[in-house]
Amino acid sequence: MIRVVLPQHLRTLARVSGEVSLDIAGPVTVDSVLDVLESHYPILRGTIREHVTKRRRPFIRFFACEQDLSHEAPDTPLPEAIVAGTEPLLIVGAMAGG
Amino acid sequence: MSTIRLLVGTRKGAFILTSDGTRKQWAVDGPHFGGWELYHLKGSPVDPDRIYASQTSSWFGQVIQRSDDGGKTWNPPGTRPEDLMGTDGMPKGESNMFLYDASEKTGKPLTTHQHYDGSQRPWEFKRVWHLEPSLTDPDTVYAGVEDAAIFKSTDGGKTWKELAGLRSAKGQLWQPGAGGMCLHTIVLDKGNPHRIFVAISAAGSFRSDDAGQTWRPTNNGLTSKYELPDPDAEVGHCVHCITMHPSRPNVLFMQKHWDVLRSDNGGESWQEISGNLPSDFGFPIAVHAHEPNTVFVVPIKSDSEHYPPEGRLRVYRSKTGGNEWEALTKGLPQQDCYVNILRDAMAVDQLDPCGIYFGTTGGQVYGSADGGDSWTPIVRDLPAVLSVEVQTLP
Repeated sequence: MIRVVLPQHLRTLARVSGEVSLDIAGPVTVDSVLDVLESHYPILRGTIREHVTKRRRPFIRFFACEQDLSHEAPDTPLPEAIVAGTEPLLIVGAMAGG
Repeated sequence: MSTIRLLVGTRKGAFILTSDGTRKQWAVDGPHFGGWELYHLKGSPVDPDRIYASQTSSWFGQVIQRSDDGGKTWNPPGTRPEDLMGTDGMPKGESNMFLYDASEKTGKPLTTHQHYDGSQRPWEFKRVWHLEPSLTDPDTVYAGVEDAAIFKSTDGGKTWKELAGLRSAKGQLWQPGAGGMCLHTIVLDKGNPHRIFVAISAAGSFRSDDAGQTWRPTNNGLTSKYELPDPDAEVGHCVHCITMHPSRPNVLFMQKHWDVLRSDNGGESWQEISGNLPSDFGFPIAVHAHEPNTVFVVPIKSDSEHYPPEGRLRVYRSKTGGNEWEALTKGLPQQDCYVNILRDAMAVDQLDPCGIYFGTTGGQVYGSADGGDSWTPIVRDLPAVLSVEVQTLP
């Protein structure tokens, strides 16, 4: 199972607490994880990536294994630790200073 | 006795303020959607328990929320009651898809507008500024959005379709103002369901007479000598708000970037009625519930300050339909006040005497239960107020 950590506002929106576990068939990539996430939690469609273009929203970041994967192609295979479920994929709301 | 319910949208959530008809003691409920910007909430005139809300975030985009019990519980439209049952229950609605009409027939010629640098840019959805429920059907609601366009839902907010004819009204010439290219005002005509007025920042006012299929600019008489190279241009005027009294649908009142104006012919032409206002800049404009010629504005110092002149918060009232204005100050701060009142942040109730309410960027919501003669702060320390709407419940 793939583990996903959502930012607080999206957990509230989807009414989940803690991590989300997803069963991904085929290659595990940001896109395939988000496809399954959005099919389980339709309210999250449009909140992480744009509806039509599927581009990451500007203030969303994808972290895994202490790496920022936000600028990787969304069909890039995720690290083995994510695939094995030993590490979560972190979906993060970018910092806003002030 | 009647109940008054104020729907307050703020930078960090929604609040519902409730009082009986005396309007002296208020209960504060909220924040709903804490941490999100609530640009606008508005109840259906047909079913007051049906309330639509625009929940938006620079991080996570747009969500439409709907309450069917007067604001006690909220769900994205499209969520069925059974979706919420059980420990794993969750909303299945996904009411946040606002796709511009790009069809060959109606959308293709309209896909770009002018940008700051003079180039043409494609329309790009950013957020819903204003929700206007139908006067006759609780499942029908209009949304005014940025980049400027109007959308309509006929299934309670679950799905949205653009009324793309609006962008044919010289949309290629519209360009964003400092606050964004937003459609912020939608006025429906109770006596004529085919007529709709909208207003867009830095584009102007527009009217449809066929239920939103086709539109034309209604800016004759607007003058913007400091904002536009052609002061009398057909489009490009920065209209801030329009209002009407339902008994006189051909009489419209407008607060423009500069100037307060009035039309007596359904927007065909406008005349300035700023009269003796200390500043004719401002954002909201409201009309009394029972006196169609009594109008309220809040003068603001500009072009860049955006706070009350002399630090004195004054609502101005005209009982003559404009030109002659009186300052209403009792109960409002008359020194060191530097808040703003945004375009959707003033509204009236339907009681007699009429109640008037407005919210400030300093987080205060003020109310008057005597037609504006005196004011009381209902709450003082909310996040910056973006919108105030009133429901008068039996």
